[in-house]
Amino acid sequence: MSDSQSKCSTAQYFLCSKNCYVRKIPNQPRQKFCGMFCPVEGSVENKTLDFDLLSSGKGRVIQRQKDISKPRKVEIRRSTGKEILQNLNDEVRSDRLLIKGAKIVNDDQSFCADIYMEDGLIKQIGENLIVPGGVKTIDAHGRMVMPGGIDVHTRFQMPDRGMTAADDFYQGTRAALAGGTTMIIDHVVPEPGMTLISAFNQWREWADSKACCDYSLHVDITEWHKGVLEEMEALVKDHGVNSFLVYLAYKDVFQLTDSQIYEVFSVIRDLGAIAQVHAENGDIIVEEQRRILELGITGPEGHVLSRPEELEAEAVNRSVTVANQTNCPLYITKVMSKSAADVIAQARKKGTVVYGEPITASLGTDGSHYWSKNWAKAATYVTSPPLSPDPTTPDYLNSLLSCGDLQVTGSAHCTFNTAQRAVGKDDFTLIPEGTNGTEERMSIIWDKCVVTGKMDENQFVAVTSTNAAKIFNLYPRKGRIAVGSDADLVLWDPELTKIISAKSHNLAVEYNIFEGTEVRGSPLVVISQGKIVLEDGNLHTTEGSGRYVTRKPFPDYVYKRIKARSRLAELRGVPRGLYDGPVCEVSVTPKAMTPASSAKTSPAKQPDQPVRNLHQSGFSLSGAQIDDNIPRRNTQRIVAPPGGRTNITSLG
Amino acid sequence: EQTMSYQGKKNIPKITSERLLIKGGRIVNDDQSFYADIYMEDGVIKQIGDNLIVPGGVKTIEADGKMVIPGGIDIHTHLQMPFRGTSTVDDFSQGTKAALAGGTTMIVDHVIPEPGSSLVEAFERWREWADEKVCCDYSLHVDITHLNDSVKQEVLSLIKEKGVNSFQVYMAFKDLYQMSNSELYEIFTFLGEHGGIAQVHAENGEIIAEEQARMLEMGITGPEGHVLSRPEELEAEAVFRAVTIASQTNCPLYVTRVMSKSAADIILQARKKGNVVFGEPITASLGTDGTHYWSKNWAKAASFVTSPPLSPDPTTPDYLNTLLASGDLSVVGSAHCTFSVAQKAIGKDDFTQIPEGVNGAEERMSVIWDKAVVTGKMDENMFVAVTSTNAAKILNLYPRKGRIAVGSDSDLVIWDTDATRTITAKTHHSAAEYNVFEGMELRGAPMLVICQGKIVLEDGNLHATAGTGRFIPCSPFPDFTYKRIKARKQLAILKAVPRGMYDGPVSEFSPMSRGGTPSASTRTSPTKAPLRNLHQSGFTLSGPEEAPIRPAGRRIVVPPGGRSNIISLS
Repeated sequence: MSDSQSKCSTAQYFLCSKNCYVRKIPNQPRQKFCGMFCPVEGSVENKTLDFDLLSSGKGRVIQRQKDISKPRKVEIRRSTGKEILQNLNDEVRSDRLLIKGAKIVNDDQSFCADIYMEDGLIKQIGENLIVPGGVKTIDAHGRMVMPGGIDVHTRFQMPDRGMTAADDFYQGTRAALAGGTTMIIDHVVPEPGMTLISAFNQWREWADSKACCDYSLHVDITEWHKGVLEEMEALVKDHGVNSFLVYLAYKDVFQLTDSQIYEVFSVIRDLGAIAQVHAENGDIIVEEQRRILELGITGPEGHVLSRPEELEAEAVNRSVTVANQTNCPLYITKVMSKSAADVIAQARKKGTVVYGEPITASLGTDGSHYWSKNWAKAATYVTSPPLSPDPTTPDYLNSLLSCGDLQVTGSAHCTFNTAQRAVGKDDFTLIPEGTNGTEERMSIIWDKCVVTGKMDENQFVAVTSTNAAKIFNLYPRKGRIAVGSDADLVLWDPELTKIISAKSHNLAVEYNIFEGTEVRGSPLVVISQGKIVLEDGNLHTTEGSGRYVTRKPFPDYVYKRIKARSRLAELRGVPRGLYDGPVCEVSVTPKAMTPASSAKTSPAKQPDQPVRNLHQSGFSLSGAQIDDNIPRRNTQRIVAPPGGRTNITSLG
Repeated sequence: EQTMSYQGKKNIPKITSERLLIKGGRIVNDDQSFYADIYMEDGVIKQIGDNLIVPGGVKTIEADGKMVIPGGIDIHTHLQMPFRGTSTVDDFSQGTKAALAGGTTMIVDHVIPEPGSSLVEAFERWREWADEKVCCDYSLHVDITHLNDSVKQEVLSLIKEKGVNSFQVYMAFKDLYQMSNSELYEIFTFLGEHGGIAQVHAENGEIIAEEQARMLEMGITGPEGHVLSRPEELEAEAVFRAVTIASQTNCPLYVTRVMSKSAADIILQARKKGNVVFGEPITASLGTDGTHYWSKNWAKAASFVTSPPLSPDPTTPDYLNTLLASGDLSVVGSAHCTFSVAQKAIGKDDFTQIPEGVNGAEERMSVIWDKAVVTGKMDENMFVAVTSTNAAKILNLYPRKGRIAVGSDSDLVIWDTDATRTITAKTHHSAAEYNVFEGMELRGAPMLVICQGKIVLEDGNLHATAGTGRFIPCSPFPDFTYKRIKARKQLAILKAVPRGMYDGPVSEFSPMSRGGTPSASTRTSPTKAPLRNLHQSGFTLSGPEEAPIRPAGRRIVVPPGGRSNIISLS
């Protein structure tokens, strides 16, 4: 080992006893860069390095940590008690884990304690825990241990016109785990015409066979009719789905009209689910796209030029309005611009139950790259709503995230490789959309928000994990370190620095939109379902080990207020005497020229009727004698209201 | 009290002279106030100053230091509006008389072509009605109630030949007048190119239709259902959307009938961000509120029915007056559109059938004086701006209208700041049985009104003559609105990034959308169109096998500065 290598060694792991881990080394489609497992100084006798692993050549450490002044120490060792025998033949990782000397960071407080986990659950928290033998112990040395991140928005393996997103559920969840995220919620995108349930089952099948961490699913509503309503009901009641996304963009494909959204939101509220929206004005985008193409702009810059942030803000505003009308909780996915974030912040100030989800990309980079001379690089940033060309956007969004105006962060991880993007090489509207971000999410937020002093570690936990768990009714099973919660934990090192690069990331794509960004803060150890899946930069993931986590409707965090408002919102008519004055005679049937407008939907003014012969109308301005010849129906009774009958035609 | 005397010979006939001199008045324009005499002849202001040399036979009005202001311009009326075979009770004669009685010397009415019918024909019909009856000058907005290519041609001819420069579109009245977002975009683009002003009736018609159905299902059929089904958020939402589209298309926007705080706030914010947008509160929204919808008197409640509705929040009028005073809202119309009780009663069992509209042409100036000037929110100059000058500027009538200056039309009002009157249907000049300001005591009223150089109101007596008003054409590209629009147009030129042609591998994909959905053209469906047999796709993640076939006609152009390797990792 060279000096330089040992110097840059950041996390020194002490693997105790032999063959602690037999890693299931998955077939990695591509291994771009391998560093060396750095030797450990002062190794204790009973701690040995897993040399087998090192020599295998496959499972090498991806060396990403650089610029670390002092060596970091995390000890993972086997208890030396008698019970060691029962785990001697340790083909699978131990189900019993003890983290000693941790600073437990929840969203509400931080405190020092040990954590004991068994069977994927947190069993004990406290000091001097009495634990059985054969327990693997991690010495945290006072470092932060926090609930594993929840990436509320991923689109792994997403189909797009016969192509599939480059990161599938295996690759995607691996990347997530590498970044400290232990649960993802992916979007089911039923192709219009396909039933929601069959799409949902399709996604379940894909994910169950490949996901390395727990997952759940949002279902996107891509069309609207009665059958969809029944399927939504079934998804909520039988399949553990409590969030549905509607699109205000993608005209003629996914986009719903305002009326449809009103109806979908009403159904969602009755079912106790969360209404998510992709907020962009699709009608105007289509017009702008046409204009931009006509101007001869075909490159990725056309993408952002045709989707200015005003169109995002407009759609957010509209969905807030509809959500208020229907008393339905609203969740805005992909908050990409200042204007959109402002609309959400204002709506929250007015009391709307609305949540905003900025994504890794909008928090970590901006849209100036759309003008890159490198087409492939520019195309990598193509996502909708687009990244804002305003370079002050990330800082602004991080501030709103810190003050609570925005609540959760997703990655909207949806990656396509360059060949796939190149489908749109002559027409930006054909470029498949999506950016990476699942691996970088936690580090970007730590670097941009916590290091800069915008938020503290507790708020960090809130926006990366707890709030998501609360909104989607996973709390406190997920999103909290507490007895009974899932053993999804991250040992976080705030001083670990790395430079993000496509050369070292765990993704299948050639570009990383955060290329060259140096971020402080990284996971040192990641525990998912009670098993160590990341240590010393090494991933020990098992394909298909992730479980589908069901979510119940009516999350308290969201629905307490909605329920109270439902009770208040009862409207009553004014009890009045029956109007018995004159009634003007009007023509009721619409003219033949106008398209049939149903009486129900055309509220007020009927088309100005026989416009021509107006002066010959029988109606006279001088008085109201016109009703004299209208026979009053004998079924109508004039009811005297309580308190005597008001003369309802009198002046004043 | 002003006194009237005749200079020169005594045998001047008692008919209104074509020559008028106002002596000793304090001229109030939107920018300044000053003392001077005004001499008018042939309906035009000929001289302003002290010790004017005027010909003999001039009727002189002693103003005694009272305010002389430009006559009001009511930028929004619906006189004689056809409605299901009848029409509103105030025709062009009755309506303009009411306007003159309140100090307004010009109205701008809305032409509402029946959807599907010709805009120009509708315009001509309105001209005919108005020319026969109006007592003061008028102009016309034309509402665009449907859209196709011939409509665009008609809009163009209205702009170029007919003297119309403002067109209203509706975001409400679903299945009747309502326009889709794409249509709004198209119209705004067109108007922006040809120097027109886009007016919008801003309410989300889709949601209103849903809410109306809900209200009726709940058994709410009275006028309160009208306001319950049209909450102010729906107004604000539509304003926001209209602002967005106008900003996209670089078209000046004019929001008619600002009725709520939320809608006004959106306009205010948009103006702060630099949008060219004007907000028009109306007499009703400045003077009263929507609590009356709950009146036990059905006829009274129904008389307040208008869209967007009056806000039930009683602090709304004060708020709107404040924004008007600060310049965030620009002009005041009346949206005067009156129906008799019998007409309103068409909707006695279903609020959605109640014909919509309130009075306000006569009360407009006094309401603003009382609510905004007396309270110290605005001064007399701002009063002139919001009641007259701004309207004239927006519609390109300035300085012919909206200003007391040599060469301007002699439409003047001597304003009595001390006068007090109580509004009531018993004495108003409208034909409607109800007045939405009933019982309101207002300070400030016109003492004398001069229209086209003739005294039409003095001592509370109207001397208006039907058919004397002229149509005033409005020319396109008003400076007040278009200077900024033009500058932005020059800035907004977009350029593509010069790049080398992408020559890397290209994935296979199926550009066509699936059979289940109605044919969505590739052009309008920009992005995702997943396929069913995804797993059987020939595409592999490991990389495409074949090189893309380059069309023979294309050359790979080397950009200046050498060709960049466009697929390299940066």
